[in-house]
Amino acid sequence: MSGYFNEMYDGKSVRSPYARLSDWMASMPADRRLEKQAEAEALFRRIGITFAVYGEGGDPDRLIPFDMFPRVFTGSEWAKLERGIKQRARALNAFLVDVYGRAEIVRAGRIPANLVFQNEAYERAVCGFVPPKGVYSHIVGVDIVRTGPTDFHVLEDNCRTPSGVSYMLESREMMMRMFPELFRENRIEPVDRYPEVLRRTLASVAPAKCDREPTVVILTPGHFNSAYYEHSFLADLMGVELVEGADLFVEGGFVWMRTTEGPKRVDVIYRRIDDAFIDPLCFRPDSMLGVPGLMDVYRSGGVTICSAPGAGVADDKAIYTYVPEMVRFYLGEEPIIPNVQTWKCAEADDLGHVLANLKDLVVKEVHGSGGYGMLVGPKSTKAQIEEFRELIKADPSNYIAQPTLALSTTPTFVEEGIAPRHVDLRPYCLVGERVELVPGGLTRVALREGSLVVNSSQGGGVKDTWVLAE
Amino acid sequence: MLSRTADNLYWIARYMERAETAARLLEVGARIALLPSAQGYRNDWDSLLHASGGATGYAEKYGPAEQKNIESWLFFDRDNPNSVASCITAARENGRIVRTALTSQVWDALNTAFQELRALEARRGACELSKLTDWTMKQTAMARGAIDATLLRNDGYNFLNIGYYLERGDSTARLMDVKYYVLLPQVDFVGSGLDNDQWSMLLRGMGAQRAFHWAYGGDVTALKIAHFLILNRQCPRALITCVAGMENHLGRLSKYYGKETPAQAAVQKLLAELESQTPEAIFDEGLHEFLIRFVGQSAALGAVIRDSYLSGDM
Repeated sequence: MSGYFNEMYDGKSVRSPYARLSDWMASMPADRRLEKQAEAEALFRRIGITFAVYGEGGDPDRLIPFDMFPRVFTGSEWAKLERGIKQRARALNAFLVDVYGRAEIVRAGRIPANLVFQNEAYERAVCGFVPPKGVYSHIVGVDIVRTGPTDFHVLEDNCRTPSGVSYMLESREMMMRMFPELFRENRIEPVDRYPEVLRRTLASVAPAKCDREPTVVILTPGHFNSAYYEHSFLADLMGVELVEGADLFVEGGFVWMRTTEGPKRVDVIYRRIDDAFIDPLCFRPDSMLGVPGLMDVYRSGGVTICSAPGAGVADDKAIYTYVPEMVRFYLGEEPIIPNVQTWKCAEADDLGHVLANLKDLVVKEVHGSGGYGMLVGPKSTKAQIEEFRELIKADPSNYIAQPTLALSTTPTFVEEGIAPRHVDLRPYCLVGERVELVPGGLTRVALREGSLVVNSSQGGGVKDTWVLAE
Repeated sequence: MLSRTADNLYWIARYMERAETAARLLEVGARIALLPSAQGYRNDWDSLLHASGGATGYAEKYGPAEQKNIESWLFFDRDNPNSVASCITAARENGRIVRTALTSQVWDALNTAFQELRALEARRGACELSKLTDWTMKQTAMARGAIDATLLRNDGYNFLNIGYYLERGDSTARLMDVKYYVLLPQVDFVGSGLDNDQWSMLLRGMGAQRAFHWAYGGDVTALKIAHFLILNRQCPRALITCVAGMENHLGRLSKYYGKETPAQAAVQKLLAELESQTPEAIFDEGLHEFLIRFVGQSAALGAVIRDSYLSGDM
């Protein structure tokens, strides 16, 4: 693992944010570690923090692996990250309002028109509509990787409905329950106000027609969805109803939910379903998940949908390369956290470079997610590379490529004891009347030795993420 | 509260109670089968299938009534929506959907029942019937206890209880009818020694034998038992107790919401009818006829409750 930045060490010495953890690690006997690991697992299962996998047989309730070794940021590291993340969230929202309005950034020639308007995620149904407070993406999940002591890069943006925040909250809960002494010895910024900030953020974008304390709901595809636990967890912590499409109906220009006391008006919908399924009258007619007529109410200002339909055009991997340009164009600032260098296979020069260097690059589908549909050059066989080469040649504009990043590692509990494993970071930036970020995020860790893929579907786990108070 | 949430809570209760009914049916059936009877045991098991409401489904899958197959059908079979396994799975899934409306103890009880059920299923050949029925009663009691001990007394609590009482009343009526169904062709036996033996079995199956003796003393007679299981408010499984329970919880809902619905009127009507009944009048009508009529009334009440609170179409 040499050649990778291990966040715990500076040469042979332990970096200051990890000083206490170093003692903690050294003083933990192996049997106590196993005992604690089993305790954590039992707690997760008991509370029901699982993601459901149906149709594969076996236990439908899977646990996401939880690593007890925390990942730590100093206050000043975080301060810079926070500025960078908020900057990015502002720029992405400004971009969305712009491309559904006059599209100045396209007129100015800073982003190619076809990338925006021919994008599958570009939603014609909301052209000319400005959502309340001009916010399209209310929860921006910015995936960040670290490659050195001061080197951070944005790997991708998630503007639709980034998931995983329940793991951020539950991992912290678990650590505080199991190792209270760590929290006494270290001054760690709390994250547990996230649900309250989220509720406030959602309430702050209530539609124009709402003249009272807004009623907020979470719209879930239902209990077979793999993230159902997170949906019900957030609804519970925010004190709002968790609804399915069939619980809602449209009448008289408003959206109502069916309650035991009769219909109750709904003002803000935090939806955890894709655009295509929101409203069968507007989008996919075969969808059973949505609410017929919802889009009409939305466009007439009777209800706010978070994230706004159409927000997906900003987090497309082809658009990603232009986000630094958005920061300059809308905010007049330089990006605080840079992108990862990216080659667009749609462009002839870039394509040539990519095809010539496949064995060193990571190639991704523009619309892919979850670690599927990608090639990690250095970890692939010749045959796999050749197979991918043909795929790229057949449809170059469907692919982008990036250098294989030297993702930082943090100490992680593994079978043999403690070993470095690669990590990334997903903070959740909330955008409403204000732009807010709780100090922390979801650290995902690639548990397989040498693996750079942190997705839970590919053997990834989670860690508690600490930001130290200064 | 969302209508769907109320519906999920109501069905958690109904499914848990229904699992218990399936187990009690099995117990009654197993005991009746041990008694000498004119037709041998097969016919008794047959009547049990009828009472469970699953005779057609069973016949399609297995053909003639066989004790081993019936045990499997009533306990493990997922093709039988009223089997213990189906009910516990459905109760737990309803619980998962409304996880946050439950306390962790209630969820724990439902989830533990489900996890243990999966373990039982893995070694289904090796389980004795009495162990399976005991296990079921224990799980349903745990869930019921967790609900009573830990749940907030809000509207959700009322919906759970309405589900329990509705299902339990229906189940008592069906269990009594099993007994009656067995004897129906042989009116001569009514009042005879055999008749009373079988009634005692029924009481045992409901776990109410001792309670009955405390309440009545003396000989077991059909009249006393009918009084006990239909009209005596001291008996927790009596039809009148169940209807009065629903009346109570529907009354609390109307206070809670400040609004009456057709459900309150319907339950009051049914309760008044039971209050004016006597055991003699029931036997005059015919116990079987009375019980079937009650099952119908209970289903109709369930439909009114659904329309008033659970469907969301108001």
